[in-house]
This record gives sequence, structure tokens and C-alpha cells, in this order.
Amino acid sequence: MSVARFQWMLILISLFSGAALSAKPLAKPDAVATHRAAGLAEQLRCLVCQNQTIAESSAELAVDLRREIGEQIQAGRSDEQILDFMVARYGDFVLYRPPLKSHTFLLWFGPALLAMTALAAFARALRNRRRRLSDTPLSSAEQAEAERLLGNPGDAKL
Amino acid sequence: MSDKARAAEGFAARKDSEAASTEQPRSALRFAVPLAVFIGLAAFLFVGLGLNPREVPSPLVGKPAPTFQLAQLAQPDQTFSPSQMQGQVWLLNVWASWCVACRVEHPLLVELARTDTVPIVGLNYKDKRDPALGWLAQLGNPYKLSLMDTDGRVGLDYGVYGVPETFVIDKQGVIRFKQIGPVTEEAWRKKMFPLVQQLRKS
Repeated sequence: MSVARFQWMLILISLFSGAALSAKPLAKPDAVATHRAAGLAEQLRCLVCQNQTIAESSAELAVDLRREIGEQIQAGRSDEQILDFMVARYGDFVLYRPPLKSHTFLLWFGPALLAMTALAAFARALRNRRRRLSDTPLSSAEQAEAERLLGNPGDAKL
Repeated sequence: MSDKARAAEGFAARKDSEAASTEQPRSALRFAVPLAVFIGLAAFLFVGLGLNPREVPSPLVGKPAPTFQLAQLAQPDQTFSPSQMQGQVWLLNVWASWCVACRVEHPLLVELARTDTVPIVGLNYKDKRDPALGWLAQLGNPYKLSLMDTDGRVGLDYGVYGVPETFVIDKQGVIRFKQIGPVTEEAWRKKMFPLVQQLRKS
């Protein structure tokens, strides 16, 4: 567990315990809500640092978005609604797992296509090689050279 | 047969004498295919060099500007809402006194205000009132008015992640363009100003 994530969980716990102390039974957080918030935060990209999720990042934007997630969970919104909320504002790029769309087709299947092409080329090269090694008969000059080297002209059949 | 192909064939023959007799056209391919792949890859990488990974296309372009109601920076007892700009082409500029890059674009904004080119509304993002007012007093105030988005909630609705950001909003209140980062002279001249003029006509 990264330090940043640990910090963020601490923040979240303290946030929720604060809410609990204020004695509002409806807003009482539970392990499920904390777990959901953490799960959502791990799916979302921090746009300031780009290569971190908002769970890992300590950028101010990430802090705001984590707060927003916590509040929306408290307000009873579903995971899907919260992700849609983020995508509507920040675009698909905010999702660490890009959605399958026509323009993300290459992103999803490009590596598999490349691997298949490479495998096909490799298989073809192997087949050609085998054919070259087995099917090419020796020319008469090569045959004579082989017989000379083997020193037994009568019996040598290659 | 070209010299190149002949040389290629000679090379292939030396390397692999069995191949030379049966695969004359292939030995040219042996060079052409990797070369083509390399050129393709190099072209992609070269284009990639010119792209800015910070410029994430905003899903808000082409959508109505999110509504809000915020207190004005100069007169906190008065509020502003984007619907008040209906019928005008205007800029919404997200700025803050703590934002270093905002200083880069500021002279340009001041110039736009001085020449009365286009109304600019400032969204004072996650800032405090006193430093914000001080900043405007020191560097000049290009804004028709500025709004206090103290907790950044309106910024969130506008998908703000890197201040400064500037939105071009048309007469119907639809976002037409988003500039992430400072409005440069070039961005204004080549993209934003032509767009503003075109939107004014429609």
C-alpha cells in the first residue's frame, strides 16, 4: 500500500468519523461506503499528474475529487452515476480503463492484432525454411563435390 | 533489376545460398518491409513529439455551459449567472492569484479588455478575496466581473484541472472552445479570435 493511499484512507476515515460524531444517523458511514469510495478513486485518473489515480495523488484536484466521491456516495448515488459524473466533466481520459468505442478499438485490440501478425509471420518463415532445407535437391556439381569429399564415389547418395 | 535489388540479392545469397536461387523477389522485400515499418513508426513518433499530453479534449465543448450562481468578487452581495450573458459571445477565464501561469496570459487579457474586443468574465478559482483583489489591483483588471468559486465546485462542473483555462461561449450559451493553460498570442490569433468573430456573425 502506497503512502499516499494510506494517507488518503486516513483522511477519509477522519472525514467519516467527523460525520459520525455529528450524530446524523443517515450520514453514518460504513465499511461498504469507504470501500466503494476507495474503489472508485482507484479507477479515476488525476488529470494534474496524469499517471496517478486520484487515490494515489496528493494534488489538490485529486483531494477535491475524492471529497466529491465521498459526498456523492453519502447522497446515495451509484458507482455508475459517479463515474458518469466524472466523465461528463473530464472526458473518457479520466477513466483508467478506457471504454470500448469505435475510436478505442485499436487501443483495445491493437496489441493482440500485432501479436497475431507477428506469430503468423513467424510461422510462415518457419514453413519456408523447412521447405528450403528439405526440398532443394543438390545440383550435379554439388553432388560431385559431396562425393569427392566423402571419397567414396560409388556409394554416396545424398 | 535495380542496383539496390541486385545488391540485396547478393547479400541474401551470401548469407543463405539456398534462398538466392528460389526467392529473387523476396530478397528485395527483406529490406523494403522493415524500412516501411521503420518509416511508419518514425512518422508516428514525430507527430507524437508535437502533441501536448496536457491537452485533454474536453467533453464540454459543444455542450451548454453549466449553470451556476456565484457571488461577485468586487461586490459579494451581488451574484452572477451565465444566463446573463445570453446573446453575447464571451470568454470565461479561470484564474487565481496563486496561479503562476495566469501571469503569463494576463497582459493579453488586459489588452483585449482595453480594446473592447470581447467581454471576459473571470472565475476566481479556489482563491481568497483579498489576495485576488490585490492581484487585480497590481496587474490590471481585464474582467467585466469576477466570480468567487472559493471551494472550486463550479470549476469541477467545468472540468477545470489546470488553471488558467479559458472557455469561449457563444450567444446561445454553448461552450465552443476550451483553452487549457495560458491564452498565448498564437492561440488567440489563430484559434480563438477567428472563432469569436465567426460566432458573432451567426
